[in-house]
Amino acid sequence: MSACHSIRETVTLPPLQERPIRVALAGQPNVGKSTLFNLLTGLHQYVGNWPGKTVERKEGHFTFNGASYRLVDLPGTYSLTANSPEELIAREFILRERPDVVVAVVDAATLERSLYLVAELLPLPVPVVVALNMMDVARQEGIQVEPEVLQAALGVPVVPMSATRGAGVPELLETVERVARGAFPYAPRLPQIRPDHREVLETIGERIAGYVPEPYPRDWVALKLLEGDVEVTRMMRAALPPERWEEVHAVLRAHDDALVAVASGRYEWIGRMVRAAVTRPRVGQIGLTERLDRWATHPVWGLAILAGILGLVFWLTYTVGAPVQELLETYMVGALAEAVRSWLSGAPAWLSGFLADGVIGGVGAVLTFLPILVIFFAALAFLEDVGYMARAAYVMDGLMHLIGLHGKSFLPLFLGFGCNVPAILGTRVIDSRRARLLTILLAPLVPCTARMAVIVFLAPAFFGPAAPLVAWGLVLLSLGVLAFTGIMLNRALFRDRRSAFIMELPLYHLPNWRTIGLSVWQRSLSFVRRAGTVILVVSVVIWALSTLPGGSAEESYLTRLGEFLEPAGRLMGLDWRLTVALLSSFVAKENSIATLGVLFRAGEEGLADLLAATYPPATALAFLVVQVLFIPCVATVAAIRQETVSWRWTAFSVGLLLVISLLAGAATFHATSLLMQ
Amino acid sequence: MTDEQALRPQNSALPLSALRAGEAGTITEISGGRHLRSRMLTLGLTPGAGVTVLQNYGHGPLIVRVRDTRVALGRGEASNVLVRREK
Repeated sequence: MSACHSIRETVTLPPLQERPIRVALAGQPNVGKSTLFNLLTGLHQYVGNWPGKTVERKEGHFTFNGASYRLVDLPGTYSLTANSPEELIAREFILRERPDVVVAVVDAATLERSLYLVAELLPLPVPVVVALNMMDVARQEGIQVEPEVLQAALGVPVVPMSATRGAGVPELLETVERVARGAFPYAPRLPQIRPDHREVLETIGERIAGYVPEPYPRDWVALKLLEGDVEVTRMMRAALPPERWEEVHAVLRAHDDALVAVASGRYEWIGRMVRAAVTRPRVGQIGLTERLDRWATHPVWGLAILAGILGLVFWLTYTVGAPVQELLETYMVGALAEAVRSWLSGAPAWLSGFLADGVIGGVGAVLTFLPILVIFFAALAFLEDVGYMARAAYVMDGLMHLIGLHGKSFLPLFLGFGCNVPAILGTRVIDSRRARLLTILLAPLVPCTARMAVIVFLAPAFFGPAAPLVAWGLVLLSLGVLAFTGIMLNRALFRDRRSAFIMELPLYHLPNWRTIGLSVWQRSLSFVRRAGTVILVVSVVIWALSTLPGGSAEESYLTRLGEFLEPAGRLMGLDWRLTVALLSSFVAKENSIATLGVLFRAGEEGLADLLAATYPPATALAFLVVQVLFIPCVATVAAIRQETVSWRWTAFSVGLLLVISLLAGAATFHATSLLMQ
Repeated sequence: MTDEQALRPQNSALPLSALRAGEAGTITEISGGRHLRSRMLTLGLTPGAGVTVLQNYGHGPLIVRVRDTRVALGRGEASNVLVRREK
């Protein structure tokens, strides 16, 4: 495969064009598009977001046969109707950026469904090359596809290949180059709308002629209007004179069922292609996928399997992730901070404090997150790649309904028990923006390990033998609050509009380690780059607040802030020290114990008893309740900002949790005080 | 298309969710909101297409096979798909 990227042959041929060939990679989910993208670009890829969207944008470059290529990976979508931001992005890119070639990846094993996107791509004004992927899988399933026949039927080049085995890739690139240079006779046979709607389509086309904004083709706009495409409808309502729009709108209203005619027309066209090029498999054979699904999607066994898999992920986190995290903490972050301190022993104390505690502390926070993140990312990528993720969503769908979400939100939320950060980053598997946002808002209510650590430390001191009961109650409380908040947010913000639950259950297949590895690498990198800077800045600011102006914690701005906020703390029975401890938990949840240690001038052993002697049970319980529901740590907030791409939603999330935790804390304090009397 | 309509037997259409696991049918109609219809059509649930129900426990979502693809859909969504039972 080394021939596919980074080989710069010293060819003496003059360059045919001065710029790289711009290729867009399109395809439905689960057709092997990412595998092909990774194969072609390797590490020469950049992951970002599409401007203003939360959708991942991947771009890469490579050279082949002396020509250089720029490859943009369009989001995987089933169609190009504006049902989701992904679909909008994909078609806007093709229409506005006009790449030289669109490579449409289709799955030879499910050709009928995967040609649907091709049916949508062909009417666009950019030449399409069909990459007939998974030829090996199709052959195993007994499906015989004849690429030459398909090519003749479609009128566009079709290249058989297998991205997982790297077969057919040179041929694909040669074809792309020929098409880009116009050396391929390109005459696509386009799908037609079902005959009973041909006249309406023509009428619409005539009515809008002359008003269609650039760069949209008129016939395409007419078709999208008939399909009821929200974006195109909005655009044409603005572009047409009011009377003309009324006319068009009346026609559209009279043909509300036209989208069925459009889709049927496409599938009828696909049917002709498939009949020509595909030999059916023997009927009655039950594939591996169906056999596995008897267990994996069973209402009881499916849940048991899911529980087992999740247990395994957590076991991995604790046996591998936590020790590595500790090693990093002691030997890298701790040692580095020590080294800086001794190196700067002659320098002013504030400078060594700033570097050792502020900067290195911040970098350390980011760094020590990584082992756990990598494990979660790897688990997610693995489950996604082998095709299991859709099954997990399927078996959890019923329970998630209760809180206004559906199955796909379950896994990210569950990851929150380990750490809220991967939970929020993991919401990328959810396709609807609304469900994704709701999941992001709810994720911080899942008690993470760091919060549990604080509870496990404090509960025995305060409640003795009842501690496990208290800890268990706190977990139940946060999950109850999560469910209640979910129901409320769904009513208030989203007016109960639950997006439809309909999804493909892809074929199971062996994991592709390259795809998984690159996914882990890209996601970790993106976290370090984007969330990392926010964490670093906040950690420096908190360090400054906790040491300035005098250099001791007791007289710092943070303490003064705690004292200033004490009246608010009083409502929950908290004094200024507990209030400061809460504030410091913003950097990392486990910090609240360290802060209390500083404020009480006690080591961890003595601290618990000292606290138990100082505070009444009502205060203790209220503190634990606030602690478990309080605003998430800075890393989580940074992740929320990264994933929502909105400071407003980030602020909303923080404000929401602040209100919830303070209300719950006050209620706990007063209710417990009353009961104790 | 017109022939098929003329030949339509007196077999009345029922919601997809009424088919048991293992039963097959032909889709006659897709109803529901535009967004839902659009997503179902895209995945191949078009009038005239054959579907086989792979899993249906009488509650919760179901799994069907349509155009060589396994599709999971909620019970509510499935009740928007009308089918004619085969056999």
